[in-house]
Amino acid sequence: MVPPPVGEAPPVKRRRVRAVLGTGDRIFRHGHRLSAVLVVAVIGAVGLFLGVKAYPALIVAKLHFFTTQAWEPDAHRFGVGGILPDTIFIALVALAVSIPISLGLALFISEIAPRRIQRILISLVDLMAAVPSVVYALWGFNYLQGHTIGVSRFLSTWFGWIPIFKVAGPSSASILGSANAYTASTFIVGLTVSLMVIPIQCSVMREAFSQAPLGEREGAYALGGNRWGMIRTVVLPFGRGGVIGGTMLGMGRALGETIAVYLIISPVYTVNSHILETGGNSISALIATLFSDSSKFGTSALMAAGLTLFALSLVINFGASAIVARSRSGAES
Amino acid sequence: MILDFPRTQPDHDEEHYEEVSPPAPRRRRTGGAFFVDHGFDLAGAAIAAVSVMVLLDRLTALSGLIGLFLVAYVAFLIVFGVLVSLREDSLAVRDAVMTVFLSSAALIAFAALGNVIIYTVWRGYPALHHLNFFDQDMSRSQPTQASDLAIGGVSHALVGTLWQIGIALVLAVPLGIVCAVYLDQTRSRFAGFVRTVVNAMTAFPSILAGLFIYAFWILTLGFQFSGLAAGLALSIMMLPYIIRTSDLVLRLVPAGLRESSDALGAPRWRTMWHVVLPTARSGLATGVILGAARGIGEASPVLLTAGFTTYMNANPLQGPMVSLPLEALKLVQSGIPGWAERGYATAALLLVVILVLFVIARVIGGFGPGHLSRRQRRRVERVSARTLVRITSSPGRDLAPARRAR
Repeated sequence: MVPPPVGEAPPVKRRRVRAVLGTGDRIFRHGHRLSAVLVVAVIGAVGLFLGVKAYPALIVAKLHFFTTQAWEPDAHRFGVGGILPDTIFIALVALAVSIPISLGLALFISEIAPRRIQRILISLVDLMAAVPSVVYALWGFNYLQGHTIGVSRFLSTWFGWIPIFKVAGPSSASILGSANAYTASTFIVGLTVSLMVIPIQCSVMREAFSQAPLGEREGAYALGGNRWGMIRTVVLPFGRGGVIGGTMLGMGRALGETIAVYLIISPVYTVNSHILETGGNSISALIATLFSDSSKFGTSALMAAGLTLFALSLVINFGASAIVARSRSGAES
Repeated sequence: MILDFPRTQPDHDEEHYEEVSPPAPRRRRTGGAFFVDHGFDLAGAAIAAVSVMVLLDRLTALSGLIGLFLVAYVAFLIVFGVLVSLREDSLAVRDAVMTVFLSSAALIAFAALGNVIIYTVWRGYPALHHLNFFDQDMSRSQPTQASDLAIGGVSHALVGTLWQIGIALVLAVPLGIVCAVYLDQTRSRFAGFVRTVVNAMTAFPSILAGLFIYAFWILTLGFQFSGLAAGLALSIMMLPYIIRTSDLVLRLVPAGLRESSDALGAPRWRTMWHVVLPTARSGLATGVILGAARGIGEASPVLLTAGFTTYMNANPLQGPMVSLPLEALKLVQSGIPGWAERGYATAALLLVVILVLFVIARVIGGFGPGHLSRRQRRRVERVSARTLVRITSSPGRDLAPARRAR
């Protein structure tokens, strides 16, 4: 290195600008930082506490907790081996119904509906999200159930050869058989839950679709595409992140839904992959049903189930927000 | 997500620019014209579908109303496609069929929503028009005479809901908004972490909030089932939601306002308190109200923490305290005829409460950031007038003496 020639000024160092905070600002800064720490602490405490409380049960059950298909904690035979798949079946049924509807609804609102009624429809979707889950649950329990049995029977009679549509029991043999085999099933719960999931999915998807750039839309039209062609080649690819993210957010909601499952389903503790057949369960319904008359150890076992649900929904929600954030359409929310 | 602010776009006056350079039409095309153009096709397809439905209903005892509708719907789509294809090419047919398909998805969703609301109100109506439904508790209504709707009501659940949501709001709103302020003020890695955690927790199963309070507050600390415990659970449930919406709203405050305040030498907290928060007031209120609506409707955390009672209990610190959604659930679950009606009536009452909150939130939220009501505007004007008087009346501070000296 060449030493700087004598007589010239040394290179000017960049001055570090530091704001001097007054007392008020210092209190303000510490205050809001404290609140953020508190929020994270509360959320962390939920997970931590569930973990601590679940520990005694998990120690006893070890990894069998994830394979055992029974719930008799006091006999030390318990696990989510049956309940976890049943929970997922409910969510899958809900998604199978809600994805086409919410996708269609989102596209309708953002692409087809005239501008005047667009805002009204958005408000209606928000209202749909604000309707309490207990109201949907009551409707599913007393209204939808009665009207769905016909569909269940039809599916099991004609599509019974597909494993998930099979219904065991004598009633499935004939169209005129008893309806009892079809009540309180995963299918009916899934339908009810799908209504709660639709608005969440729809608003995420619509947000993504509505941000599809105008230039690309007009480009598709200029190339001679009609509206569906434009949607297929511009809007849907652009909003893919929103579709996937919204679906996953809806799935997180469907996995955690309590009241509808608790009210409608007749609980079983084994895997029931026949979605049209009576019997199913979910972790949250298990907790709601059993929390009050469990022994100390039984409560610990419920905490372990709750911890499983916690972990599952965290993974799904993190995944969803990561996908939404990384997509082209969701960079800002 | 839920919040929706009008994104204002500058509307150019097209006439003046027409000759110079054509301005891009900044309006996206959406279309209702489709349904007018295809009116005959749609009507024909609908008639065909209804005929298929009636025919099937006569011929076979197929599968109930919903099954018939499904079959009729498929028939409708096929017939519509065929009708359009008589005049147009396959691309146009696909466009028309998909448009109808997407529209029907919307129709199904809103029909289901309407069905839910109407069914709830219709089932609850017999109990709703008894005044005692609103000012008595359920303690005097025995299962044996449950069908007597003139005895017993859900006032205890109403009081319980008020207490629980009140406690939850008192805890969650300050903490949530201050945390959103933190997210707004800081760009550190920890802020990113907080934001990620909060976003992930917005769709967090509400029963886990209840389970946590049950395990912590009731089993470990040894408190009773109470309204306070339910309020705590609800606040944990609402917290991520309030933070998320407040965070989104604070980001909408124009940077120019903050910078003007900073340039005038205001400390950070003054900028926040006097400029940013008042500007975002309507959005914050909307977020809080919608969060409250969500908390009011949630039954599962209350189920685990508040216990159940048929008596009026106005003390949130002691004894079980039921809320509206839980009461609706328990009454319908009982299956006793007179109680089930009251369960639906409770659900209808809950719907009304939610609807009122929702409309209030819409009205406030529709204002957009920085909007002032007439009274607020008058107050701001009074304050500025006072400030002006203060500035002009203290000669040491204004520039006049300096000019005179020169």
